[in-house]
Amino acid sequence: MKASNSLWKPRLEGRMPPHLAAEIDVFENEIALKKQGKIDDKIFAETRLRRGSYGQRYDNGQRHDGIASRQLAYPSSDLTKGPSTLWDAPGMQRIKIPFGGLNATQLETLADLAEEYSDSIAHVTTRQDFQLHFVHIEDTPALMRRLAAAGITTREACGNTVRNVTACPIAGVCRTQSFDVTPYAKALAYFLLGHPDCQDFGRKFKVAFSGCRDEACGLAMLHDIGAVGVTRIENGVEKRGFEFYVGGGLGTVPQQAKRFSDFLPEEELLPTTQAIARVFARLGEKKNRNTARMKFVVSKLGIDEFRRVVAEERAQLPHDARWTDWLANVPHEQESPLKPPSLLQLNGNRTPAFDRWHASNVYEQRQSGYVTVTVTLPLGDITSDQLRALADIARKYVRETVRTTVEQNIVLRWVSAGDVPALYKELEAANLAEPGAGTVLDIVACPGTDTCKLGISSSRGLAAELRTRLAAREMEMDAVIRGLHIKISGCFNSCGQHHIADLGFYGVSRNKGGFAVPHFQVVLGGQWENNAGSYGLAIGAVPSKRIPETVDRITSRYLAEREVNEGFHAFIKRIGKAECKKMIEDLTAIPPHETDPDFYVDWADARKYSIGDLGVGECAGEVVTAIEFALTACEREAFEAQLQLEAGRTAEAADTAYAAMSHAALALLKHKLTIHSDDPEKVAGGFREHFYDTQLFFDPFAGGKFAQYFFQAHERRGGTYTEETAHQLIEETQLFIEAAHSCYGKMAAQPV
Amino acid sequence: MNDIEHVRVKIFAEAADFDPGEAIPIFHRWIQEGFGGHLLIDVADYRHVPAGPGVMLVAHEAHYALDNGKNRLGLLYDRRAPLDGDASAKFRQAWDAAWEACAQLEREPALSGKLKFAAGECEISINDRLLAPNTAGTFTTLRPALESLFDGVWGVGTYTLTREGEPRELFRVHARKNV
Ligand code: SF4
Repeated sequence: MKASNSLWKPRLEGRMPPHLAAEIDVFENEIALKKQGKIDDKIFAETRLRRGSYGQRYDNGQRHDGIASRQLAYPSSDLTKGPSTLWDAPGMQRIKIPFGGLNATQLETLADLAEEYSDSIAHVTTRQDFQLHFVHIEDTPALMRRLAAAGITTREACGNTVRNVTACPIAGVCRTQSFDVTPYAKALAYFLLGHPDCQDFGRKFKVAFSGCRDEACGLAMLHDIGAVGVTRIENGVEKRGFEFYVGGGLGTVPQQAKRFSDFLPEEELLPTTQAIARVFARLGEKKNRNTARMKFVVSKLGIDEFRRVVAEERAQLPHDARWTDWLANVPHEQESPLKPPSLLQLNGNRTPAFDRWHASNVYEQRQSGYVTVTVTLPLGDITSDQLRALADIARKYVRETVRTTVEQNIVLRWVSAGDVPALYKELEAANLAEPGAGTVLDIVACPGTDTCKLGISSSRGLAAELRTRLAAREMEMDAVIRGLHIKISGCFNSCGQHHIADLGFYGVSRNKGGFAVPHFQVVLGGQWENNAGSYGLAIGAVPSKRIPETVDRITSRYLAEREVNEGFHAFIKRIGKAECKKMIEDLTAIPPHETDPDFYVDWADARKYSIGDLGVGECAGEVVTAIEFALTACEREAFEAQLQLEAGRTAEAADTAYAAMSHAALALLKHKLTIHSDDPEKVAGGFREHFYDTQLFFDPFAGGKFAQYFFQAHERRGGTYTEETAHQLIEETQLFIEAAHSCYGKMAAQPV
Repeated sequence: MNDIEHVRVKIFAEAADFDPGEAIPIFHRWIQEGFGGHLLIDVADYRHVPAGPGVMLVAHEAHYALDNGKNRLGLLYDRRAPLDGDASAKFRQAWDAAWEACAQLEREPALSGKLKFAAGECEISINDRLLAPNTAGTFTTLRPALESLFDGVWGVGTYTLTREGEPRELFRVHARKNV
């Protein structure tokens, strides 16, 4: 903790907006009360989450160091900041940046905070936030005051709240936009911040804006609310509004948003969203967080009924002047350039490095003579020194018009085109001129096992490895490969957005001979374009150490066999999932531990891999157990369901997916009880008794969620499935089988 | 100015013929063996960030990093928890802790002959802008404590201290033994 913490409040007096200052005072008091044991753990946890202070890996005081699970003996070991969360354990501070908009002072503030309270690294997230890691809870009020003095709040950055409102980072300068959605994103973000109607949600609530339908920048389709700017002519006058989507989301089982309205007029944006928030607070699940996102309300009611309920709620809302009073300012909210427009003249300034950077990182704005420059941040990370250099650049070349992106980069908007060579030199001096923005090198990865409590495999370790290997070959890389997107999540929760990548990966684990082995599921068929137009499905789990080879194999095949102008998504669709799976089949094999122990260690790690405290069980030495065979067969069945779905045989696909789940449950029952009936009713009953009621199947964080998938599918078997619901069932089946693998891992780790 | 905290000491690498990634298994082993009796938490790999913190051993009292900040590789001891005594005692404790780690790294068989730390050059900074802004005034105030450290370890009148960096940066002093 910082000795200067208490000095910041008087130092910043008068420089913080009063309401933010008051809120931080309250939070500081809550920290003091918690320290005195006067606040319940659960309540304090949600309180700090609503201030953006999140838990971090090992904060329960336990860490497997590769040999054994050991206690981390923090000084205040009896003090907690939430259930099983130790007071002195480092945490993560998320910092909300509405629509990613930042100025130079804010960049400097983030630089100082990263240095003083974290590890000199600020991390840009896939939702345009910043995150600082290894922060002590008692430092957070000082940190928040310094942010407040720079006009930033961390309020509702985490917890069951309206999270950061995101928007296309090139809104306003984009060549394909209908109009600049920035003022709308800003108005909605601040209207919903702390709004009384948004304080009683069962889960988080995410909003995104996009200026057009076809590009991916806003990712509107994967949010609880996605607003795509559109215009229409009414009585000869152009009117602004939004194609309005609800109930999208990634998470464990992704769901495409449903169209709520073809045209929601701009003046209806705030009140309709408020009405939706009320409906979500009223009808959303509160007890079971696994079914508490808005997508479940929309699914349950159906979009037509959802629309009706919202309209009813909207009609009852008391009028609020704030709904529309900001609209008059929209025309004045436009950014302006610092310098006059100019033409890019390259007299003698060209180098191969500049050309490569220019090709990928410079975007010609709709305003002629101006460009937007992307600063590529490897894995979303930027140092304090770099943030300060960027602040200087933002003052020198643009009017501090800086934004973070969902691809974990930063853009400088309104660069006068003629300044590009000089700007490049300054970025280069700050080590910020890395090329490859938006290309296959620009890999998105969630924090994974580095810092996330739920991480299963090292997403960042894998991303760093892939970046290094791909960068080495970048010069000779074909343009179609360069244009692919790779996204990696450390677990099924998809914070790395693996469902919408050309090549997506999410972390899972497998067991071999009593050892745990880090793996990634390979997800194909996702689409980044069209605002995340389609979601991919997993085709098989490959050991982490073989993922680079997997990428090479799939991309080489694409390069060799693509038809003229055939995109990757279309290519995968054409060759089919069966062929894709065949392509990686041999890569799924795990060499025995004694032959290649490297497979049993994750990327950027040196410890023998483990999930939680899983060590070498009594069964070490066994080659393949019957349950391992059985679960592998279930994976094959789940894949078979994908093929049936691909062929349009929806009902069959749903039946096969259910059968795969039932067989996985049976495999566990047989492993535990030696013999068991394979009658579906008895399997479901036996599974409930021995694995659900005993919580043996429970995931440490998701609880009984995956078992519920099985019970629901069991209830629904033989029923009608649409293509979308069958797709979901297959996704759930894969997760259920993953959970069965983990459950077996847990059982194997216990002496038999 | 005895209330300074969060002293950072960076001992530069004089010779480094290795990928800092080689420190990852070493730091993990230090955690397993409880190096120095410290509360060591985890290893963070930032090699992908140019001129960044490199490979970091995250700990409760102080982080240790094979840091490449300002494009100069060195061992950075980054104190987090309070230290005892006056400013000169705090500098001395941080210095000793940094050298404890440097000596251990030099002894590591995997780095044998590949890594040597400079005995006559280092940087000391204070990771707290409010208590120690990067100004001439801070330098004047802290110079006696810094001199007390370097008089002791290098000898009176044998070195030069220079304040470095711009006002936005941490208070930072470069120390070099005169040749
Ligand atoms: S995807 Fe999983 S590992 Fe990655 S940040 Fe989300 S919860 Fe953590």
